[in-house]
Amino acid sequence: MSSRRSHSRQSGSSRITEDQIADLVSKLQRLIPELRNRHSDKVSASKVLQETCNYIRSLHKEVDDLSERLSELLASLETDSDQAAIIRSLLM
Amino acid sequence: MDSNNFFHDLHADTSLESSRKKRRKIEAESHSSETEIKWKSESAQRIYAVKLVEALQRTSSQNAPPAPSEAAGGRVVRDVADRVLAMAAKGRTRWSRAILASRLRLTMLRRHRKVKKASGSASRPRKPLPTAVEDRKNRLPAVGNRVKILSRLVPGCKGIPVTNLLEEAGDYIAALQMQVRAMTALTEIISVSQGDRLGSSSSSQA
Repeated sequence: MSSRRSHSRQSGSSRITEDQIADLVSKLQRLIPELRNRHSDKVSASKVLQETCNYIRSLHKEVDDLSERLSELLASLETDSDQAAIIRSLLM
Repeated sequence: MDSNNFFHDLHADTSLESSRKKRRKIEAESHSSETEIKWKSESAQRIYAVKLVEALQRTSSQNAPPAPSEAAGGRVVRDVADRVLAMAAKGRTRWSRAILASRLRLTMLRRHRKVKKASGSASRPRKPLPTAVEDRKNRLPAVGNRVKILSRLVPGCKGIPVTNLLEEAGDYIAALQMQVRAMTALTEIISVSQGDRLGSSSSSQA
């Protein structure tokens, strides 16, 4: 699936078109909160890619921070198994 | 429902080519909306949070007997969170398979290091495949550079074509957003319930 040797043999769906790329870029743009409000024609692909990278980095950082916080909280949780049951029911 | 009309048209249409095009369009649209819905739904987030808690408790019960190291705690949680996230993807995306594969490789290396000596396997079977269209877009130095950086940020996407990379990145971002939402909610629940337990009068207000 990762290697495409010849484009001619496949039917149209596997040909990489500029439209496909534009579609995917606009889909990315919609996901990124920074760019979601702007009109799609005003944002260049380069900008979208840049913001995508920045956004992924910031999400990674957020997950790291949350992981630290969670590990602290869970360390004090270990001794209480009733607590865990409560949490699970709260989540449901 | 729109989908019913589509299928009706497919049957009524005599030309195979146009029906094939319609089917591809339906699949493409449903695929992209599927990914959006999959990571945005509250039930997915809830299921992830529950599985995360279960996995974390399994991990802590494994590590507790030896010596629980507080310093490494955050890293452990991050790894578990990523693994559970990758499993939620059900093997449909490259980034999720890469996360699970690297975990597997690590655990196998740890276990087999004493038994097996030589493990000189090439861990990079993929080779870069630029196509004509990509060359055109990537010749702009800014875009090409950014594509390379992006490919390093999304797991398992180093040498793949640009369209695949963009698709993976979209799904990966949606998944990360859910991960953040779920872990935030989890943190809040645990800290609030802790606050009640310890009897502190001021619990954290969001």
